Amino acid sequence: MIKSPKPVTTRRAFLKSAAAVSGALVIGFWLPEKGGRAWAQGTPKPVHPNAFLRIGKDGTVTVIVKHLEFGQGVTTSLPMLIAEELECDWTKVKAELAPAGPEFANLAFGMQGTGGSSSVSNSWEQFRTVGAQARTMLVSAAAAQWKVKPEACKADKGFVTGPGGKKASYGQLAEAAAKMPVPEKVALKAPKDWKLIGKATKRIDSQEKVDAKTVFGMDVKRPNLHVALVLHPPVFGARVAGINAEKVKGVAGVTHVVEISGGVAVVGKSFWAAKKGRDALEVQWDTPEALKVSSDKLTAQYKELAKQPGPSAKKAADPNAIKTAAKTVSAEYEFPFLAHAPMEPLNCTVEFRGAEAEIWAGSQFQMMDQGAAAKVFGLAPEKVKLHTMAAGGGFGRRANPVSDYIVEACEIAKEIKVPVKLIWTREDDIKGGFYRPAYVHRVEAGIDAKGKVVGWNHAIVGQSIIAGTPFEGFLVKNGIDDTSVEGVADSPYDLANLDVTLHTTKSAIPSLWWRSVGHTHTAFVMETMVDELAAAAGQDPVAFRKVLLAKHPRHVATLELAAAKAGWGKPLPKGRARGIAVHESFGSVCAQVAEISIEGGAVKVHRVVAALDCGVVVNPLTVEAQVQSAIVYGLSAVLQSEITLKDGQVQQSNFHNYGVLRINETPKIEVHLVASTLDKPTGVGEPGTPPVGPAVANAVAALTGKRPRVLPLGKTKWA
Amino acid sequence: MIKFFVNGEPVQFANDPDTPLLWVLRDNLGLVGTKFGCGRAQCGACTVHIAGEAERSCSIKVSAVAGKNVNTIEGLTPSNPVVKAVKAAWVDKDVVQCGYCQPGQIMSAVALLAKNKAPTDAQIDDAMEGNLCRCGTYPRIREAVKTAAASLGGKR
Ligand code: FES
Ligand code: FES
Repeated sequence: MIKSPKPVTTRRAFLKSAAAVSGALVIGFWLPEKGGRAWAQGTPKPVHPNAFLRIGKDGTVTVIVKHLEFGQGVTTSLPMLIAEELECDWTKVKAELAPAGPEFANLAFGMQGTGGSSSVSNSWEQFRTVGAQARTMLVSAAAAQWKVKPEACKADKGFVTGPGGKKASYGQLAEAAAKMPVPEKVALKAPKDWKLIGKATKRIDSQEKVDAKTVFGMDVKRPNLHVALVLHPPVFGARVAGINAEKVKGVAGVTHVVEISGGVAVVGKSFWAAKKGRDALEVQWDTPEALKVSSDKLTAQYKELAKQPGPSAKKAADPNAIKTAAKTVSAEYEFPFLAHAPMEPLNCTVEFRGAEAEIWAGSQFQMMDQGAAAKVFGLAPEKVKLHTMAAGGGFGRRANPVSDYIVEACEIAKEIKVPVKLIWTREDDIKGGFYRPAYVHRVEAGIDAKGKVVGWNHAIVGQSIIAGTPFEGFLVKNGIDDTSVEGVADSPYDLANLDVTLHTTKSAIPSLWWRSVGHTHTAFVMETMVDELAAAAGQDPVAFRKVLLAKHPRHVATLELAAAKAGWGKPLPKGRARGIAVHESFGSVCAQVAEISIEGGAVKVHRVVAALDCGVVVNPLTVEAQVQSAIVYGLSAVLQSEITLKDGQVQQSNFHNYGVLRINETPKIEVHLVASTLDKPTGVGEPGTPPVGPAVANAVAALTGKRPRVLPLGKTKWA
Repeated sequence: MIKFFVNGEPVQFANDPDTPLLWVLRDNLGLVGTKFGCGRAQCGACTVHIAGEAERSCSIKVSAVAGKNVNTIEGLTPSNPVVKAVKAAWVDKDVVQCGYCQPGQIMSAVALLAKNKAPTDAQIDDAMEGNLCRCGTYPRIREAVKTAAASLGGKR
């Protein structure tokens, strides 16, 4: 879930693989510049066998998907892009996840990675081009065989046809096509000719998932595979002072106890052996007082800091303008730490064989993880083979610049020299850090008599997600982590004299991007403040926003669509209210209307109507699913989820006290897609998360007159 | 020695009788379709059928199933009308996302529809609320359960 740095300008070259798999058309690809240079020394070589496409003799088209599939449907949407141009038979298309390799770089990042809602958008040109090149080569091969001009041939549904009723299948042509030159330039189809793009297309991985045949990282089987659990420090940053493994010795099936950099690992022949062994392990920890952080004290400190002058993310032309306001609204907001809690607990399987190693993991950052593993083993990265496994969710947690659990697994494997699968229990996951950091916002905003915003002073306090990672160079400028202020400092609202300061705090609590990154908190503040200003101005929240967004037609269209579909302004039964929010993230604009009531002091969400402008829609079915998903994920955090610390210890441990949404708590969700004016796709996986919180909060305010400003809302009794 | 049946086949287990059924299925029998999600009956990823009931295998000691038959996702009979209807509806409604929770969801849905071919919304919520889905496939799960019920002739 990283926000893309400036797109890397690559002079892309598509090359035919030098050593094509016999009988298969293979399109290889390398990055001669920037993205590729770090890994490919000297003359760039065509890459093999890491290619994007294989056509078998039986006509099966296998697309190598460079992104991790962890729910977002990329094993359907990326093959759709290739198939659109390839003119193949969609029923013969299969998908395979790419291993770690520089040719699989995310073109928005300049390195391999899945995040920032960029899987489709960065592949948009690339995958269609691969499809068009392959089709051209197949046609050339047929034309050569038939001794006719390629222009006289046509490709359709997996066959090339030529003059005089000539016809050959892609499978029959694949071998000859592989020997054809790769066309430098190919024309891509005009939108009016698309057959797949924009059509509701069912996922190609449904049946195998319904049959439980998908192999997740957790399901990897290897000969003599051991299981490792790690006892992590009870307080972030604490160090091992002493280990007493006496009682572990009595646990049947335990084979090793190993101290590693992040704690103490207990290895056994099965999960249960390792678990019982870990339960029996006694470790003394060296825990300096400074690490014993408590959430309530932290929040109090943050609130104090928010009142102090701080580094500027955006300077108002006239910081005193707010003093001329007819009305001002000021507010303080509190956001807790959040765990990602993907359904599949973190795990990593490693075989270390001395001179080489093999890793199986559902990784969002394959090459970084490969590099981190190589470092542990003291091997060159190419000696570490990383298999990308299907992942049971991730939401940013599997995109860790410090490769935490991968490194743990490798340290254990290096020590014990037997194949090992590291498993984090749910408790390890919830207590394990790498959270969406806690934040405090403090805002004072003023409007004139007509409701025009004349000043907006905004202070944000919290940890930086990016500081100390390799992304710092791109995303932290003059001490301002862009991901801490995104959605505020770049607000599309016409806010005269917007002033944004950022206090970046430091702590031992590891932080990480969490579905929609900074927008998880900034959208909430912006959209509830704008709502409050609308109320202060005595104006309708939709009408008020439209004036402030006059220069942003995408926002206005999205807002209008959501409002219209939700019946904005129409009467509701007693005890119900609506709230609205609109927010741009990852290049897309999403507006939502939430309908709520209060039941037994708790907020109940009945219906959420969403409108999304995500540019060109590749697969409406997965876009709808991602918006539903993003809303459920966002609602969990808005209503229930919270990580708190007391004397340095995380107080939550599993789903009984780290609440996430269940089916009975899930509202009716309707998703409407805006007919976009863009000619390319923008983000889909994340933009649905930011607006749901403020839409719900604004509905609560409409119903109760009280403005929710402390998250999750479940902490407060509402009436 | 604990003797029981998994998907109709006799099974013997001689290790720690406190081992949760889930880990016997996964580690000893290699039946990895039953998933680990929480280990404390909170998420439903590990749902299996015991005597027709949906049960959380992570929180049942293997000793407690002595003599019983445990059915896992791998043991669902493809020709069974309920199984067929549920799986077809899941594919038709494009329910799955990451898919990790789905074996558990399907086990719960099959157990529900085997007993009640025409569940109300509240009954669906009730039968499925023990199954978490962090991908948020709930809206489509609801639709799919209703579709499956309709195809089984359930009228309401
Ligand atoms: S793993 Fe059994 S209910 Fe979660
Ligand atoms: S489909 Fe991913 S957790 Fe349910």
